[in-house]
Amino acid sequence: MTKSEKPIIQIKNLWKEYGDNVVLERINLDVYEGEFVSIVGASGCGKTTFLNLMLGTEQPSRGSILLDEAPLDPEPSTERGIVFQKYSVFPHMTALENVMLGEEFSKTSMSSVAMGRLIGRAKEDARENAMAILEQVGLSQAANKYPSELSGGMQQRLAIAQALIKKPRILLLDEPFGALDPGIRKDMHQLIGQLWQEQKLTVFMITHDLSEGFLLGSRLWVFDKTRQDSHAPERFGAHITFDIPLSTGKSGEEELERLKATELDVA
Amino acid sequence: MTRIINRQPSRYGRLALGFLPFVILLLVYIVASDARLAENSADKLLPSFQSFADAVVRMGFEPSKRTGEYLLLNDTLSSLQRLMMGVGLSAFIGLVIGVGNGMVPYMRSPLSPLVTAISLIPPMAILPILFIIFGLGELSKVVLIVIGICPIIIRDIQLRTDDLPPEQLIKAQTLGGSSWQIIVRVVLPQIMPRLIEAVRLTLGSAWLFLIAAEAIAATDGLGYRIFLVRRYMAMDVILPYVLWITTLAFAMDWSLKRVSILLFPWYHGTQGGGHD
Ligand SMILES: Nc1ncnc2c1ncn2[C@@H]1O[C@H](COP(=O)(O)OP(=O)(O)OP(=O)(O)O)[C@@H](O)[C@H]1O
Ligand SMILES: [Mg+2]
Repeated sequence: MTKSEKPIIQIKNLWKEYGDNVVLERINLDVYEGEFVSIVGASGCGKTTFLNLMLGTEQPSRGSILLDEAPLDPEPSTERGIVFQKYSVFPHMTALENVMLGEEFSKTSMSSVAMGRLIGRAKEDARENAMAILEQVGLSQAANKYPSELSGGMQQRLAIAQALIKKPRILLLDEPFGALDPGIRKDMHQLIGQLWQEQKLTVFMITHDLSEGFLLGSRLWVFDKTRQDSHAPERFGAHITFDIPLSTGKSGEEELERLKATELDVA
Repeated sequence: MTRIINRQPSRYGRLALGFLPFVILLLVYIVASDARLAENSADKLLPSFQSFADAVVRMGFEPSKRTGEYLLLNDTLSSLQRLMMGVGLSAFIGLVIGVGNGMVPYMRSPLSPLVTAISLIPPMAILPILFIIFGLGELSKVVLIVIGICPIIIRDIQLRTDDLPPEQLIKAQTLGGSSWQIIVRVVLPQIMPRLIEAVRLTLGSAWLFLIAAEAIAATDGLGYRIFLVRRYMAMDVILPYVLWITTLAFAMDWSLKRVSILLFPWYHGTQGGGHD
């Protein structure tokens, strides 16, 4: 992408404090459409807090986040899709119903407004769209199963499918594969990488797995505190200490080697 | 030698062991009853099985000499009607207020303290007030049941609503759901099986309040009958009635469980079928 276009996300002097506890400070960044931002950092340094600010479940203490040059809605909305580590899918709905739900919340028909359901032709359309997305994530066989009948990896596939049906402007992932076995994680990497490229998604993914971050991201952010007060650790917040452009597809090891060569201590 | 905590009875063993206490109780009863009747054949405390059979036939299968009604059937229908109305109303109010409190902070703030306060009132203490306000008819009995179990159901449903993972509600919002759509499609369906559980747990209390109210002011009903014949020490009627009430309660509990499994398979499929 060319940097001449407008950024999809602009973060301007963002601070987040809980009482006296400064969690995030002085964050200034632009993100362009189609970027895949991997976010890493020590536990408790504020990665999830940052994602919550993007999502709208938390509000900045200072500064602002702009989406397409307009301030973010102060509550979650369809522009921002989310996949959590768990509990992202609805246990009382089959896989198909889970994916259809986004369309059934359309608010264009009476039945949708009153009951959150579509009827007739609109329902058939929604079902077709949902099946197409299930197909993309490799779940068409499991369309009529409940989440409890799906493996952890399949549940995360479902959560991704569910988020994609609304065609969100940005997709937020908070350790989406953290609870999965390594083998399954590999499949998921392939899936998310493929979806990202095919659908030109803009993705923010928190991960504890550095090589995962390197592998998938087109950009890597490291959250850390640069100012420390050993007597009052809550006085200073974390900010983004490294913002590294990545060439995607390279394995984590290669990138790490490259970075070590340039003497950046990210690990 | 394995530890006792690791030793399991076989399937038939479990069945036999389950029946054992009942058989023992029955034997003890028979022996005690025989002993008392041998001493005094008019003894009423522990009637023989013959008198039970007579009483059951008299109450259940012959029209009453005075009114021409089948008393057991009549009593059962009256009691069940009151119970169902009380429990049904409580479940409905419990669902609406419980989910409302759990989901809408502006509803919870004024209502939650009120519900807590009401739940602390001993229902029996205000029974006289109910009789004064609602008269001695059906309404006061239904209201007693509602006051007795509704606050419990409300608080349970509110807690269950709070327990829904926040991730789900956030996800639903990112899918574009309005408050109402989220309640209808995400919250209510997940709360329904929990409402059934709450009802099952409060059913015992509901029977308690029903029988208490019937004992004090009624002209029919299972509780009324038991307290009526108590005057004649008619154990031959009381014990079958108690057994019958227990059977009804058991049947209700069992059917609620079946209904829940039938309607909400996803709920019972999880956690290794833990919700029984
Ligand atoms: N609602 C809240 N109220 C008060 N403090 C909070 C709140 N949410 C987060 N914090 C604090 O903010 C800090 C950052 O938490 P956060 O969950 O963002 O970390 P994280 O980087 O996601 O950690 P992890 O990698 O373990 O998930 C922590 O010190 C936490 O105590
Ligand atoms: Mg986190």
